[in-house]
Amino acid sequence: MLLTIRSLTKLFPGTRALDGVDFDLKAGEVHALLGENGAGKSTLIKCMTGAYRRDGGTVALEGAEIDPRSTVEAQDLGIGTVYQEVNLLPNLTVAQNLMFGREPRRLGLVHTRAMRAEARAMLRDYGLELDVDRDLGSYPVAIQQIVAIARAVALSGKVLILDEPTASLDAAEVRMVFDVVRGLRDRGLGIVFVSHFLDQVFDLTDRVTVLRNGRKVATEDTAALDRMRLIQHMLGRELEAVTHETAPDRGPRPPMLHFQDMGRRGAVEPFDMAVGQGEVVGLAGLLGSGRTETAELLFGVRPAHSGTARDQAGPLNLSAPRAAIAAGFGFAPEDRKTDGIVADLTIRENIVLGLQARRGWARPIPRTEQNRLADDYIKRLDIRTTGREKRIGELSGGNQQKVVLARWLAMNPRFLILDEPTRGIDVGAHAEIVRLIHELTEQGMSLLVISSEIDELIAVSDRVIVLRDRRHVAELEGDAIAADRIMQAIAAVAPQEVA
Amino acid sequence: MNTRALPLYVTIAIFLLAWLICWTQFPAMLSSRVIGNLLTDNAYLGIVAVGMTLVILSGGIDLSVGSVIAFSGVFIAVVLRDTGLHPLPVFAMLLVLTTGFGAAMGFMIDRLAMPAFIVTLAGMFLARGAAYMLSIDSVPVAHPFFQSLQGTYWLMPGRGRLTLIGALMVLTFAAGMIVAHKTRFGTSVYALGGGEATARLMGVRQGRTTVLVYAFSGLTAGLSGIVFAIYTGSGYSLATVGTELTAIAAVVIGGTLLTGGAGYMFGTFVGVLTMGLIQTYIVFDGSLSSWWTKIVIGVLLLAFILLQKGLLKLSQDRLARGRA
Repeated sequence: MLLTIRSLTKLFPGTRALDGVDFDLKAGEVHALLGENGAGKSTLIKCMTGAYRRDGGTVALEGAEIDPRSTVEAQDLGIGTVYQEVNLLPNLTVAQNLMFGREPRRLGLVHTRAMRAEARAMLRDYGLELDVDRDLGSYPVAIQQIVAIARAVALSGKVLILDEPTASLDAAEVRMVFDVVRGLRDRGLGIVFVSHFLDQVFDLTDRVTVLRNGRKVATEDTAALDRMRLIQHMLGRELEAVTHETAPDRGPRPPMLHFQDMGRRGAVEPFDMAVGQGEVVGLAGLLGSGRTETAELLFGVRPAHSGTARDQAGPLNLSAPRAAIAAGFGFAPEDRKTDGIVADLTIRENIVLGLQARRGWARPIPRTEQNRLADDYIKRLDIRTTGREKRIGELSGGNQQKVVLARWLAMNPRFLILDEPTRGIDVGAHAEIVRLIHELTEQGMSLLVISSEIDELIAVSDRVIVLRDRRHVAELEGDAIAADRIMQAIAAVAPQEVA
Repeated sequence: MNTRALPLYVTIAIFLLAWLICWTQFPAMLSSRVIGNLLTDNAYLGIVAVGMTLVILSGGIDLSVGSVIAFSGVFIAVVLRDTGLHPLPVFAMLLVLTTGFGAAMGFMIDRLAMPAFIVTLAGMFLARGAAYMLSIDSVPVAHPFFQSLQGTYWLMPGRGRLTLIGALMVLTFAAGMIVAHKTRFGTSVYALGGGEATARLMGVRQGRTTVLVYAFSGLTAGLSGIVFAIYTGSGYSLATVGTELTAIAAVVIGGTLLTGGAGYMFGTFVGVLTMGLIQTYIVFDGSLSSWWTKIVIGVLLLAFILLQKGLLKLSQDRLARGRA
């Protein structure tokens, strides 16, 4: 065994990012590492490459325990990494990038001619003939990616970690990179491959390990695995906590919003969608299937290239978040820390932020009114805090999420989009958010809920739309909303194949 | 061809064009006398621009250099006046001092993760204040060795004079080119300017590189101060106010990206000469106010910033098309 990881644990304030994860990598295999956002993939990789120090467990390379403190140290030990982007410097030449830090020198100065020759020889191993004096940035991303692989292999040479290396490549470019990866596998390297493209996983890898919520779910041979089981591993329910709760069937809702042919090139294919008053529409799909893109389109974060939106009164302008807010929309984004909260402001300030922005800065909300609003929502949403003047950054994830919700509720939107509302939230708070969603719909608010957790979608949705490859592929209603039906739609297999 | 080299070609083209325009009106401007004067008059600016180029390539800025030049002049003049020391050891002391000053600023920028703008702004006030502390009056230098330095020149064909300080500027640029383009340190500087996080991942020693970059800038500022003292024959604490900005302008007109990571030492050389040429033209014309220099430099600066923006967009569009 090339790399052996046993019961690896990594703690972050408030969460257990990795919880006793085992992982093995053989020499001469491509091993896929899969999981949704927040499953622990990047944390596991960062523990291998020295970007993070582990809090527990062991990592052994060729039998010897290692504990790299930096990526450079990991590289010297033999573990190299290629990321989706930011690998090399586009403003240096190909040769400089390849040879950085070990340039051949003569009389103390860089020996440019020798460096050029060495760089060319390195690339020839990968079947590339490039002008190595050109800036790396002037080459297509696939070439840059192969140059990055060449550098990583030259520096480390035992384990190669590829973190979403194909995310910005087209099909032909992906083939090119894969040929290179297969060549390296045949040379005896151990390769860890992280991707959310399942086709690529089946195409390239020998084994698959799935993580979910910081734990290892399964390791299997790719050849013995079918799509359906893989998706079950990735999205499936926690065995210990099966909730059979489904949203009560409340019959058809009065129509409210209609979206027709809404789409954006490169983000999501044109789709039609209707949302009734007080209805909860769930969006299901794997990472990268177009879930978040759909939400951003509806809220005007990345406006649609095509299509129209209208309500009962007439057409709606959704060209920018400001316009969407004016239309009565709200959006609690997936990445709470960077897009949702202002960590250095207090709970009160975070709650009144949206309301104040709508009133305009010339008409400040009186302090007593702010206090009343904040105290009111702290009580209604049961936000656990010592007071309204606490910095929101000091709250736990679940309470932060409640503050974000409070901000929108204070503005009283008619249509609220929640992208992964329970990400990074402990189980108790999880149930509260679900209860809150029920309450809001009873007051007549419509919601669009995006979640990687199928159980959660089932628990809250009146209707579930399934996305695959940036396309809305299925719509389930009533009794059809069931975990296996949703997973089948995601896996794109007909029901009879599964049975 | 690299799109990144394009600003350099534009810089050279503008310089040649400017020279051509000057030559059609005043044929004497092509003489080696004018060239000699151009090098002499801009020697202190050129030398300090070498350090500034490296700083800007690394993604930083050094606002202290103008004050450091003034401090250097006053330091030399006062020490020579008050002690019996020979100028050479005084020069050496000064260079150690300004290099250490630059290194200290680099250390703070790196360790405290402070913006270079703020740290070197503080350095600017500090150095200017130190110059005032030494003397508020202009102090003449009357050492015989100093006068012999001022009188040293080599005759070029056409009876032009290549003065010692003009030659020193050319040598500084040659050294700057070697440092920037031929050493691992130089590559690290470009790497930092291209992206700090990536550079660290690739193994750039960020702290060491940052300290060395600002130390180098301090060294060239000290050298520039010596040259300025030789050029003016005195030290004055009010001298070279705003020279740091002129140096930044020369670097940008020379085709270096103000955000770092792309540019050439040779471009800065051409940039300094272009600015000097405009000044010379105004002197030749005789009727124009010298403020026209500033206006033309302002226009050139703007043109180069627009050019760089345009090039950036061009290369992004090309990448986007390549992917589509």
